[in-house]
Amino acid sequence: MKEKVNALKEEALESILKSTNLKEINDLKVMYLGKKGPISELTNHLKELAQEEKKEFGKVLNELKNEITSKIEEKIKYYEEQEIKEKLESEKIDITLPGVKIPMGSPNILEHIIEEIEAICMSMGYDVVDGPEIEEDKYNFELLNIPKGHPARDAQDTFYIQEEEILLRSQTSPVQARTMLAAGGDKPIRMICPGKTYRRDDDDATHSHQFMQIEGLLVDKNISLSDLKGTMDVIFKKLFGPTCEVRFRPSYYQFTEPSVETDISCFACKGKGCSLCKNTGWITVSGAGIVHPNVLRNCGYDPNVWSGFAFGFGAERLAMLKYGINDIRTFYQTDLRETKDFDRKEKNND
Amino acid sequence: MISLEWVGDYVDIQEEDLKELAVKVTKAGINVEKVITNHIAHLVIGEVLECLPHPDSDHLHVCDVKVNEEETHQIVCGAPNVRKGLKVIVALPGAILPGDFEIKKSKIRGVESNGMLCALFELGLEEKTEENYSKGIYEVDESAPVGVDALKYLGYDDTLYELDIHKHRNNDCFYHIGFAYEIASVLNKKVTLPSLEYKEDNDSIKNHFKLEVETEKCPYYLAKMVTNVEIKESPDFIKKRLTAAGMRPINNVVDISNYVMLEFGQPLHFFDKDKLGDTVLVRDAKSDEVITTLDSKERILKSSDIVITDGKKPVCIAGVMGGENTEVDENTKTILIESAIFDAVSIRNTASHLNLKSEASLRYGKGLSYEYTNMAINRACHLLEKYANATILKDTVMHDKVDKIPKLVTFKAEDVNKMLGIVIDTKDMEKELDRLGFPYTLEKEVFTVTIPSRRLDIDANVNDIAEEIGRLYGYQNLVSTLPIASTRKGEYVGDVQIRKEITKRLRMLGLNEVKNYTLTSPDMAKLFKYDSKEQITLPNAMSVDKSIVRTSLLPSLLNTYEYNKKRNVKDVNIYEIAKTYDTDFKETTKVAILMKGSYLTNEWQRINIKVDFYLLKGIVENLLEYLGFKNRISFVREEIVDLHPGICASIYLDRERIGVIGRIHPNIKKEEVYVCELNMNALYEATIKPIKFKEASKYPEIVKDVAFVVANDVDSESIKKEIVHTGKRILSSCEVFDLYPEIASGKKSIAYKLNFKDETRTLEEEEVMEVFNAIIKQIEATFNAQLRDK
Repeated sequence: MKEKVNALKEEALESILKSTNLKEINDLKVMYLGKKGPISELTNHLKELAQEEKKEFGKVLNELKNEITSKIEEKIKYYEEQEIKEKLESEKIDITLPGVKIPMGSPNILEHIIEEIEAICMSMGYDVVDGPEIEEDKYNFELLNIPKGHPARDAQDTFYIQEEEILLRSQTSPVQARTMLAAGGDKPIRMICPGKTYRRDDDDATHSHQFMQIEGLLVDKNISLSDLKGTMDVIFKKLFGPTCEVRFRPSYYQFTEPSVETDISCFACKGKGCSLCKNTGWITVSGAGIVHPNVLRNCGYDPNVWSGFAFGFGAERLAMLKYGINDIRTFYQTDLRETKDFDRKEKNND
Repeated sequence: MISLEWVGDYVDIQEEDLKELAVKVTKAGINVEKVITNHIAHLVIGEVLECLPHPDSDHLHVCDVKVNEEETHQIVCGAPNVRKGLKVIVALPGAILPGDFEIKKSKIRGVESNGMLCALFELGLEEKTEENYSKGIYEVDESAPVGVDALKYLGYDDTLYELDIHKHRNNDCFYHIGFAYEIASVLNKKVTLPSLEYKEDNDSIKNHFKLEVETEKCPYYLAKMVTNVEIKESPDFIKKRLTAAGMRPINNVVDISNYVMLEFGQPLHFFDKDKLGDTVLVRDAKSDEVITTLDSKERILKSSDIVITDGKKPVCIAGVMGGENTEVDENTKTILIESAIFDAVSIRNTASHLNLKSEASLRYGKGLSYEYTNMAINRACHLLEKYANATILKDTVMHDKVDKIPKLVTFKAEDVNKMLGIVIDTKDMEKELDRLGFPYTLEKEVFTVTIPSRRLDIDANVNDIAEEIGRLYGYQNLVSTLPIASTRKGEYVGDVQIRKEITKRLRMLGLNEVKNYTLTSPDMAKLFKYDSKEQITLPNAMSVDKSIVRTSLLPSLLNTYEYNKKRNVKDVNIYEIAKTYDTDFKETTKVAILMKGSYLTNEWQRINIKVDFYLLKGIVENLLEYLGFKNRISFVREEIVDLHPGICASIYLDRERIGVIGRIHPNIKKEEVYVCELNMNALYEATIKPIKFKEASKYPEIVKDVAFVVANDVDSESIKKEIVHTGKRILSSCEVFDLYPEIASGKKSIAYKLNFKDETRTLEEEEVMEVFNAIIKQIEATFNAQLRDK
C-alpha cells in the first residue's frame, strides 16, 4: 500500500511537471483528483483496513491529495496568467496612429482678443455692456460734447442714415452716454463696451469702413489720471506680459479733459527700437482721459461730485500687434486655415 | 511748417539745441513730426578772381574762384551773369545738393572744374522757374566774407518744425507767435511781441469809407485804409520766411498780408480801394450769386455763404477768397485792409462746398481771437509803412459784436492735484501758471485764472487747467494707482450673457466664428428674405457693394463659404452672431450657422461624418437645449424662400417662430450647403424654467419595438405625436430607431422604440400590451399604416 502511494505520488508529480498547457493540466486534475481517479480509489479501500492502519493511511492519503492539488492549482494559475498575457500581447495596437478629429471651433480673431480684455476688465469690476450700432446723433456726438458743426465731427466721416439724426455709430463712446443716463447720476459705473463701429473709409490693408472699438468708462468719486494710468498698467501687463510698461502722452479728445494717448513699451524689441515700433521703442495703443465735465453733466452726473475716466482701444490694432497680422481685412474675410490656431487659451491662468 | 529762425524773434531760443527742443515740445503735447535743418556742407561764399571764356565753348567760362584765405579753385561756369569780382555761392567737391546731387572734381569739355557756382533754385531755396533760371547764379553782396558757410551767411540755415497737431491746438500752434508762446511755456521764458507802431495821417478813413454788416455771421470786422503804396519786391527776410513756410513771395503788399497771417494767425484781405469804391457791405450771399475769384474762376454761392460786397456786387467770398474785381495789382495805390472774424462753421461749409480750401479759410474755419484780429491789422500797417512807404489814414472803421468777456477759472491747487493724482503746492502751482503765461490772482489759496484769448481751445473749467499743468508737469512723471472704491466682479449685462453662451457652445460644437460686414450689396441683400424685413439703403453710400444694412447674416456666410472654397478649404462649418436692422431701426441680433463638407473624421479609420440636415438639426437642438429650451423646440415643415423646398423647416420655440433651417436652394448653390438662422432676441426674452432634480426610477422599464409602413410623405414626428398621445401616462419615451424605404411600394418603413414605465410601481405585461396594441391600432387607422413583420 505504501509503495503504491509512493509510486502514485512520483508518477503524478512528474506528469504535472511535464504538462505544457492548461488543457493537459486540467486533464491531469480530472485524472488524479476525479471521483474515479487513483486517490479516490485508494480512499475507497480505506474502509477495508484496520482502525489503526486506517488512521495512519488516511493521513498519508490526505497529504498526497493536498500536495497534488496544490501543484495542479499552481500550474493552472501559471497557465491562466500565461494565456492572459498572450491575449493582451495579441491585442496591442499602434498608439501613434492619429486620433479622431473632434471638431473644435475657433473664435473670430478679434473676439479672441476682446474676450481676453473682457476677462481682465471683469476681474477689476467692469461690466460688459452692449449698445446699438444704428445710433442717434445725440448719443454719438451731442452728449459727448461734440455739437453739430464741430470740427471734431469732420475727422469721423460718418455714415448718416436719416438726415443728420440717425447714423451708423462712428465710435463706441455713445454707450458711455447711454450707460450714464441709465445709471441715473447717483451710482458709480465701471463698464466696457466692445462693439462694431463704422466710418467712411475705403478698405485697404490698414483701413476698414467697419472696425471694432473697446470702450471703457469708470465713474466714481475722486478719480484721477494716475488711476487711469494704473488701470492701463494692469490691462496691458496682463495682455502683453509683466515687463510691459505704459506711458501717457498729452492728446486731445472732445469728451475727455485732460486727454492722453497711451503708449506701451514695444514687446517685440523690449524698447530697443524695431520696425514694429518704428524705432521709438513705444507703440500707441489707446486714447483715454478724464471724463469731460460737460459729458458728465449732459449724462446726469454732477461733475462737482463725480469724476471718472474713459478709454478706448481699437480691437484690430491690438490684434494686429499681438498676433503679427498685417492686413486688417484678415478679420473680416475669414480663411479657416488662418483662424484654426485660435481655438485655444493662451495662458494657464485665464 | 514753423520756422525756428522766425520764432526766435519772439522768444529767446539762441542757446537751444533745436532737436532737443523738438522732443520737449512733443512731450508737452505738440507733436513735432519732423525737424528739418537747412544745412549743406562744403557750401561757401567765394569770390571770382578771374573769369575767361572757355576755349571750347561759346557760353562757358573758366573762373578762378577764391574759396578761403589759402585756396583758389578753377571752376567752369555756364551762367550768363558770371564775371570777375562777383561774390558767389560755391559748392565745393563733396557738397551734396538737393536731389542727392554730389559735386565732384571733373573735366568740362577738357577743362578741369573743381566745384560749382550756384543759383538759389539749385539749393532748393527757390522754385525752379524759367525766370529764376535765366537770372543765372546768385549774386552775393560785395561785403560778404569769403570762405564762410553760405547758407548761414545768407540766413537760409533755418530749422523748420513740421507739426502734427491735434485739432484743438491747430489754432494757436498754427502761427508763429502762438507757437512761440508754447515754446516759452516749455522753456519757462517770456514772449516779446513784434512792433505794431506806425504814424497816422491827419486824414481819416471815415472820410472815404463806410461799413455795413447785415449778417450775424460776422461778429467782428475792422477796416483800415492806407495810401501811396509802392508795389515792389519784398525785403529778403520776408521772402525767406514765406518761402520757408511754403508760400511763394509775390510782391511786398501781398507778401505782407501773408506774413502777418503766418505771424498772428489772422488772415487779412487787401482790397484795391480805388476798384472797391467807398462802401463795404457784409451780408449773407444770395442763392446762386456769382463771383469770379482771384484764381479767375467763377464761383456759384449758396445763401449760407457770407459775402463782402461793395453795396451791390460781391467783391470777396468772406474768409475764403477775394474777388478778381478788387484785386491788388502793380498799379494799386490805395488799399483797404480787412481784418475780421467770421463764423467758423459757415466758413468751413463754404470752403467745402466750393472745394476751395485756402490758407485763409483753413484759419477762419478754426476760429480766431479778437485780440489777434486787432494786433494783425496794426502789424500790417506797421509793415506797409516800413516796406511799402504807405501812408496810414487815421481811425479804424469797425463792426463789433464780439464777446470780449474773458474766461475765468476759479480753483484750488488741490482740485488740480486730485484730478491728476499728483502733489503740487500752491507756490509751485503759481510757477506753473506763470510758465503757461496765464494771468491769475491768488486769494486765500484760491486761484482765479484768466484764459488768454489766443487759447480758444481752453474752456472755463478745472479739467482744462489741469490738462495744461499736467502736460507741462509731464505725464511721464505720473504714478500708477488704482481707483480706491468698493466694487464687485464685472458681469455680462443684458443679452451679452446669452450671446457669450451661444458663441462658446457653438465653438465647442466645432463651429468657427466669422465676422462679416454689416453693409452689403443689393445682390446679396436680395437673398434669404424669409422674414420679409424691409432693408435700409444708405442715402450716401460709398459704393454699391456696401449700400444696404443686412437683415440676414446668411448671404455673408455664403460669401465666407465661397471665399474658403476658392482657397481649397472644403469643410466649412461656421457661424456668425451679429445685429441686423430693418427700416424701423428695430435691432435684431441673429445667430447664423452654415455647414458644408465633413464634420467629424478620422480617415484611416474610415470615419467620416458628413454634414447633412440632421447633423445641423442636432447642433441646433444641442444649442437650444443647452440654453434651457428642452422639449420646447419644434421643427415645422414650411416653405422658406431660397431654401430647398423639401429640405427646410421653421424652428419654433413654444409657439414663436425663432428661425429657419435647411439646405440652400440648388438654384442658388448646387452643392449641399446647410444653413440655419435664429433670432437671438427671442431666445433672450424667453423665460427658462429652473432645473429640478428627478430621482431615477426604481421600477423596471418595459421596452417594445414597433415598425410601420407608411406613405413617404408622412412625417415621423406626426406619428410620434400620435403614439405619445395614445401611450398616455405609462409611455415614457418614443424614439425613431430605424428607417428605410420600401422601394417597390413607394412607401417607407419607420421603426420606433417605446419605453413604458411607471414611477410608482412595476408595470404588468398585460397592461403594457393593452396600451401597445391601442397604439398600433391608432397609427394604422390614422396614417393608413401597416404594421411590419407581424
